[in-house]
Amino acid sequence: MKELKIGCAKPAAQRAGEIDEANNMDKGEKTMVLAKVGSKAPDFETSMYQNGNFGQVSLSDYTGKWVVLCFYPGDFTFV
Amino acid sequence: MYNEFQELNVEVLTISVDSHFVHKMWQVHELSKMVKGGVPFPMLSDSSGNIGKLYGVYDEDAGIELRGRFIIDPDGIIQAMEILTPPVGRNVEEVIRQIKAYQHVRETNGQEVTPSGWQPGKPVLKPGPDLVGNVWKTWNV
Repeated sequence: MKELKIGCAKPAAQRAGEIDEANNMDKGEKTMVLAKVGSKAPDFETSMYQNGNFGQVSLSDYTGKWVVLCFYPGDFTFV
Repeated sequence: MYNEFQELNVEVLTISVDSHFVHKMWQVHELSKMVKGGVPFPMLSDSSGNIGKLYGVYDEDAGIELRGRFIIDPDGIIQAMEILTPPVGRNVEEVIRQIKAYQHVRETNGQEVTPSGWQPGKPVLKPGPDLVGNVWKTWNV
């Protein structure tokens, strides 16, 4: 985990697979889905919170370990 | 429950469109009241939705991410995925069962595979010419 510099800019995912290239190719009309079972998980790098600290993390930091990646609708939602 | 993931050498990463600042507030004001000491795993931010788009879980109209769950092996290969719409929560026991099954397959280099509903200690299948037509001897309802 790298230390995250806290700035005032809107925090955003800094790197997410080839999405930028994909958007340039079709002007964002259609998003390319790259995640498929049996294929390499698309890598990304983004900010995170854990145990009182902020940090910067990549999926590739976890190579060599099993990972469960869980998306959910949003903080403070009910389920 | 989290101990079980740790014993299996599994990292849990959660991710939503909320910023890491909001994750902190959620941890402090609510999660720490549901889970003693708060949730221990990294809570990732995908405020642009770009990561969710890559994984096919970003809902552009609502600006949220569906309940997508991906099991990724040590080589970075996605072995399993499940995507639920928001109103229904997932079943952690099933995630753990699938991880144990995929770990067994990996440890045996794919020589042993796990039939439906497999749990550790239950019979496995060894694919090959002798198994054809003989699965019933090992597995039935």
